[in-house]
Amino acid sequence: MARIFAYIEHKGGVADDSAAELAAAARKIDPAASPTAIVTGWGADLDTVCNSLKASYTEVWKIANEALAYPNGELVRKALAKVVPHGSLVLVAHDHFGVDLAPGLAIKLDAAFVSDAVAIEGLDGAFLKVVRQEFGGQMSTHVRCDISSGAVINVRPGSFKPIDSAPVNGAVTDKSPEVGVLTSGRRYVGTVVADAGDVDISKETVLVSIGRGIQEKDNVAIAEELADAMGAAVSCSRPVVDAKWLEKSRQVGSSGQTVKPKVYMACGISGSFQHLAGLKGNPFIVAINKNPKAPIFQVADVGIVDDLLEFLPELTSKIRELK
Amino acid sequence: MEILVCVRRVPDTAENEIELNRAGNDIERDDLVYSINEWDNYAVEEALQIVAKAGGNVTVVTIGSDEDEEVLRREMAMGANQGVLITDDAFNGSDGKGLATILKAFVQKGKYDLILTGVQAEDGSAQVGGMLASLLDYPFASLVNSIEVLDGKKLKISREIAGGNREMNEIDLPCVLSIQTGINEPRYVGMRGIRQVASLEIPTYGASDLGIDEGLVGVGAAKVQRSDYFVPALGKGAEMLHGSREENIENLIGLLKAKGGLK
Repeated sequence: MARIFAYIEHKGGVADDSAAELAAAARKIDPAASPTAIVTGWGADLDTVCNSLKASYTEVWKIANEALAYPNGELVRKALAKVVPHGSLVLVAHDHFGVDLAPGLAIKLDAAFVSDAVAIEGLDGAFLKVVRQEFGGQMSTHVRCDISSGAVINVRPGSFKPIDSAPVNGAVTDKSPEVGVLTSGRRYVGTVVADAGDVDISKETVLVSIGRGIQEKDNVAIAEELADAMGAAVSCSRPVVDAKWLEKSRQVGSSGQTVKPKVYMACGISGSFQHLAGLKGNPFIVAINKNPKAPIFQVADVGIVDDLLEFLPELTSKIRELK
Repeated sequence: MEILVCVRRVPDTAENEIELNRAGNDIERDDLVYSINEWDNYAVEEALQIVAKAGGNVTVVTIGSDEDEEVLRREMAMGANQGVLITDDAFNGSDGKGLATILKAFVQKGKYDLILTGVQAEDGSAQVGGMLASLLDYPFASLVNSIEVLDGKKLKISREIAGGNREMNEIDLPCVLSIQTGINEPRYVGMRGIRQVASLEIPTYGASDLGIDEGLVGVGAAKVQRSDYFVPALGKGAEMLHGSREENIENLIGLLKAKGGLK
C-alpha cells in the first residue's frame, strides 16, 4: 500500500478543520492507513501546529522555511515535490488553497489527480474508486483513478466526518533540510480584507437569500419587499454578486460570509457546495426553485417548485394581510 | 501582449435540468442547451480588456469537435482576434492531464505572454490551468479576480480567498491564470455580432500538427476515468409542498411562524 500524506493548512498556530477530515478520508482509502501529516510554514506557529497534530497523526513532517511563512501555493508545491516520495497518495482540502496547489503538484509528482472528492469507496486493485459531483451538484459520478504511480486527491471540505480515536502521541520529523531555497515567479504581497457592508448578514436571524433565479437587477426589489414583510435581511449567492446586483458583503458562501440564521429562504439558489459552506448552525431552510433537480432541495427542510418572480410577491402580500 | 484563452462548450446548467440517460452511463444529452463555460467567458472578457489597454491580440482555443466552433465564434464576436479548434479522435477520453498535455503542445507552437482559463468547467475539477502551468514550468495563480499590467514583464493580480478577502500577488510573465467569475462584466454578444464572424476561418490542429505523442493523451493515457453517472442521494431531502400556489403559501407561512421566520 502506498504511503498516504495529508497536507495540513493552518493559520495562527491552529490546524484547519480539514486536518481531521483528511485523516478520515485516508481511512476510506485503507482502513489500516496511518497517514503522515505534512505541514509547511515558519516560526513558532508552525511548531505549535505540528505539536497539536501529534495527537491525531502518528507521523508529522515539518517543513520550516521563511519563504513559506505565507502559504503561497507555488512555493508549497515546490517544497512538497522535493520531499514526497514517488508513488505516494497526497490528500489536500479542495479550497482556495488546494485548488491553487494540487493540480500542478500532481504533474510534478507524475501522479494522477482527482479533484473535489465527496466520498471514497476504497481500492479495487490499483484503482481507487471516488465519488465526485458534476453540473453544479446536479449529478454524481464514480471515478476510477489509477494510483499505481501515486495520486493527489482534493477532498471537499465537510464531506468526511472526523473519526474519534484515542490520542496517538505521534512524532514530528523535520524535513526542512531537504527543501533548500524556494523561489517562484509569483510573490505574495499582501491580503486585502473584504469591505464590511451596510448590513451584517452574519448576525441576522432570518435571511431571504436570492440566487441566479432572480434573473435581473430590477427583481431584487421583490426579495427586499418580502424581507421587509418578514422582518428579515436580504442575502444572496455568488451569481448575484458577480452580476453586481448586490454588494459582496451580502454573499453567503466560502468566498463570502458565513451566516447562522434560524430561518433561511433560498430563492432561486441552486445550492452549490461553496454556497452551502457558508450556511452554519442548522437553520430551517426553505427552498424555492423552478428546477426540481436543483441540489438545494437535497439539503432544504421544505421545498417548493415554482417561479419565484410570481411566488414571492404573492407570499409577501399574504404575510402583509396577516399583520 | 499576446493572450491565449482556453475555452470550452458545456451544457448550460442554468438552462437545463440535468438528467440520467436511459442506460444510466451518461447524462441525457438530447435537447441540452449548450453555451460557453461561464468562467471562460469572463476570461475572454478580461483578455479583451487587457489588450484594449496594453495592446496585443487575443486567441481563443478549444479542444473538441466541429460542434464546438460555435463557442469560438461567439468569443470572436466579443472581440477575440482568432479562434482555433484542436480536434483529433486520438484526444477522445483525455483526462485533465491529457487536456493539459494537448494545450501545452499548442502553446509551444506560438508565443504567448499570458494564458487564461476559467477556474473550472461543468465537471468542477478546476485542474487544467494548474496542470498546464506545471507542464510549461510557468508561474500559476488560481481564482484570479483582478489583473493589472505592471509593465511588460509582470502583473499584479488578486486571488479570491476565504471570506471575500483577496490575496495580492505579483506574477512574472509568461504565466497561466485561472479566472473567477465576477472579475468583470462580460460584454453582450448579439446575433448580429455572431453573423459578422460567421465566415471567418477557424484553423484546426490535430495530434500530428502539434507533434503530440498519442500515447500521452486520450482514453489510453487517462489515469482518471468516469465510470458512471448517478443521481445524488437525496440526503434527508426536503419535504416538498405539492399543493396549489395558494396552499403552498399558506403552509409555508404556518411553518415560518413556527420556526421564528416571521417577526
